[in-house]
Amino acid sequence: MAPKLPPRLPPQHPLEQAGEAAGPAGHAEAGYHHGPKGLLRWLLTTNHKEIGTLYLIFSLSMFFIGGIFALVVRAELFQPGLQLVQPEFFNQMTTMHGLIMVFGAVMPGFVGLANWMIPLQIGAPDMALPRLNNFSFWLLPVAFTLLLSTLLMPGGGPNFGWTFYAPLSTTYSPPSTTFFILSLHMAGISSILGAINIIATILNLRAPGMRMMDMPLFVWTWLITAFLLIAVMPVLAGVITMMLLDINFGTSFFNAAGGGDPVMFQHIFWFFGHPEVYIMILPAFGIVSAIIPTFARKRLFGYASMVYATSSIAILSFLVWAHHMFAVGLPLVAELFFMYTTMLIAVPTGVKVFNWIATLFQGSISFETPMLFALAFVVLFSIGGFSGLMLAIAPADFQYHDTYFVVAHFHYVLVPGAVFAIMAAVYYWLPKWTGHYPNERLGRWHFWTSVVGVNLTFFPMHFSGLAGMPRRIPDYALQFADFNMASSIGALLFGTSQLLFVWMIIKCVRGGEKAPAKAWDGAEDLEWTVPSPAPLHTFETPPRFQHQEH
Amino acid sequence: MRKLPGGVAAIGGGVWLTFSALAHGWNMPLGVTALSRDIHGLHMTIFWICVVIGVVVFGVMFYSLFRYRRSKGAQASLFHENTKVEVIWTTVPLLILIGMALPATATLKQMYDAKDADLDVMVTGQQWRWHYEYLGEDVAFTSNLATPRDQIDGAAAKGENYLLEVDEPLVLPVGRKVRFLLTSDDVVHSWWVPDLAVKQDAIPGFVNENWVRIETPGTYRGQCTELCGRNHGFMPVVVEAMEPDAFDSWLAERQQAAAREASGVDREWAMDELMSRGQQVYESICASCHQVDGSGNPPVFPALANNPALMAERDRHIATVINGVAGKPMPAFSSSLSPVEIAAVITYERNAWGNDTGDSVQPSEIQARLE
Ligand SMILES: [Cu+2]
Ligand SMILES: [Cu+2]
Repeated sequence: MAPKLPPRLPPQHPLEQAGEAAGPAGHAEAGYHHGPKGLLRWLLTTNHKEIGTLYLIFSLSMFFIGGIFALVVRAELFQPGLQLVQPEFFNQMTTMHGLIMVFGAVMPGFVGLANWMIPLQIGAPDMALPRLNNFSFWLLPVAFTLLLSTLLMPGGGPNFGWTFYAPLSTTYSPPSTTFFILSLHMAGISSILGAINIIATILNLRAPGMRMMDMPLFVWTWLITAFLLIAVMPVLAGVITMMLLDINFGTSFFNAAGGGDPVMFQHIFWFFGHPEVYIMILPAFGIVSAIIPTFARKRLFGYASMVYATSSIAILSFLVWAHHMFAVGLPLVAELFFMYTTMLIAVPTGVKVFNWIATLFQGSISFETPMLFALAFVVLFSIGGFSGLMLAIAPADFQYHDTYFVVAHFHYVLVPGAVFAIMAAVYYWLPKWTGHYPNERLGRWHFWTSVVGVNLTFFPMHFSGLAGMPRRIPDYALQFADFNMASSIGALLFGTSQLLFVWMIIKCVRGGEKAPAKAWDGAEDLEWTVPSPAPLHTFETPPRFQHQEH
Repeated sequence: MRKLPGGVAAIGGGVWLTFSALAHGWNMPLGVTALSRDIHGLHMTIFWICVVIGVVVFGVMFYSLFRYRRSKGAQASLFHENTKVEVIWTTVPLLILIGMALPATATLKQMYDAKDADLDVMVTGQQWRWHYEYLGEDVAFTSNLATPRDQIDGAAAKGENYLLEVDEPLVLPVGRKVRFLLTSDDVVHSWWVPDLAVKQDAIPGFVNENWVRIETPGTYRGQCTELCGRNHGFMPVVVEAMEPDAFDSWLAERQQAAAREASGVDREWAMDELMSRGQQVYESICASCHQVDGSGNPPVFPALANNPALMAERDRHIATVINGVAGKPMPAFSSSLSPVEIAAVITYERNAWGNDTGDSVQPSEIQARLE
């Protein structure tokens, strides 16, 4: 059934076509859906592809909601003075923007990709725990409806920043904070269950013959991410439970007047928070490690060192949390320890970037939209890495900390980093999901407007931060005006250009140039051996994977 | 292919923007202390390291993208591993980092050496103002945002130091080592003056330390940098550094004023005297939460106008201002306000906005309750 495409390069399949032995009849049956129809079908589905689609649609909706909040913030900051919103509402917007983007857009986006692609990349028929998979997803719409509804409650929604430092988030918080805690608990449970499922799938359902060191890097990075999730989401759950007790049951974990310790809040939060940062970037490394070799038509350079680098980053991520707290008054030895460990992270991260570039070197490179996003990722993520290295230098961090320099830094890692990687993945795998190539012209427009928008938004923030503008302020001194105006214009451009993304997706679902099973001539992994679009059920008979010499 | 000119132009544009911005003072300030210059030096060193690495890495990347275009018939080679190269690009960055860590460590050690200070200043963050106390000198005052509301709302033209001006700046001597002891009465704040390279969190229940030895007289402006609630953006820090002689006479003058204030406790104050002083205190301290018209910001900050329950309980009203409310945002004012100020502000609250209880509270009564 796999359509033959004119190979531009001799295909080097690691695969014996055993899985295809079922022949056309097998696939006709594989496409058949049994069970409830209509809405109930989506509510009850246990199919990894359908759940993956649900996650991705959810993530995209949250991306737009969080984006609208960001645009409210940028509109207020367009000029000095208070024009559109009052500080109370401004604080709710910055907080909700962060929470929605981190927990609602980026994390579910990667989980959606994992659901769709991990079984396809390892030759598994589905996720290991399909019903749990359904439950993990449906927790999210409930959690985020609850979170968004706090905006309408008396006293407003969360207004203490996405880092919700106590006691601002406990003693001084609006009454809706208890709902915020509940919704975060639900999102956390969803992540933990999702992570368990991903680990179970990867460890147990690989195609016969596929060893760990044969797995595509997207699978590897997700395996490591899933362990990070299981390690730190309970820590988040712990800290918000302590908040719950402080707010409603009279405890004093974080209330200094009752003998509590506000600094302990920050330690616990960042023990979760720093690995969380890598939860949002490691799968992106996996995606880029799939796309660059495909469009350079050359095997990934240093596969093993990629795996080791990812693992070292994950381990180091538990040893650097207090670099977010250089100004809280840690003892000197602690400052030094966290400065050194943080600087050390630059080494494995550098290895990854060097490997990608070595993959490009002497390749045969073409520039389809997924590749454009992946290349922009390498450059712009590296810029975020450079500012991260600067922030690691503790004495200088006293000047950078909590300014727009930090805002610029983490948005470079998260937007042209994590978000661009998700977009690259969407362009890359859309042919597999829909059977059609994404419209290349639309993709290029989307790419260039996004790149210009993102840089116009975030690059000037480096300077407003260095010049002394603190983050999370609704109004600012006159010397910051020009760069803020540039950022606001960039944000509007970036925001509106995402409508092109939606349009492209809709067009691609409805039609377009037909894609063969192996949609990109340089692509190597197992997902490209099943037809495009991938039928509802794939690899019901496991394929035989043949080890490729590394 | 369009990637190439586009990407190169973008990076070129970014580099150009970076250097012109840095050249126009959009950079970390050099500052006015030896340490601020050291920190600026570290900042520029690590910046240049990043620039050099970036030029090399992106250079190779864009060269490869240009040179090995499939459209120009490039054939992919087969290599995918090279232990030697991998060892090199692991160890070289490691060595660079060690080279960077050494000076950073030395600077950090100096920043942590707050011993042997000539002057101790207690800095207390409060929603949303700073309170300064010159320890052992009997001088203390609160420093509020001085920018008028009209400028913020756009009803008046914005002044030169919009949002970076206060009613009473922190006055410090140049040439002397000043130690800051920082804490907070409510949430976490952070006290930052870029020119002094001092940023330190003010945390309830903790006393943090930092220090400065200013070299040049002048006015240095900064802001609170830790989100501390609604008026986080309206909590500036202004430091006025003066020659030691001028500082000493300023301090002596403030001490005399403090003594006059203390003697006011023993005498009987007239109602209108209390009201006008109370209004002053209310508007600079209380209005940020309870609003100028006493309407508050429920449910977190209760209204004081139209609050018959509170007006019926004079005693509880006094106790609340003196001791604060445990577990609620209301701080205790017993240490940051004088007995005169506490008496005046309570009198004002009990008679303004139609409360008209006719109560007056005398400073002597507050003094007695404080003891
Ligand atoms: Cu971190
Ligand atoms: Cu603040």
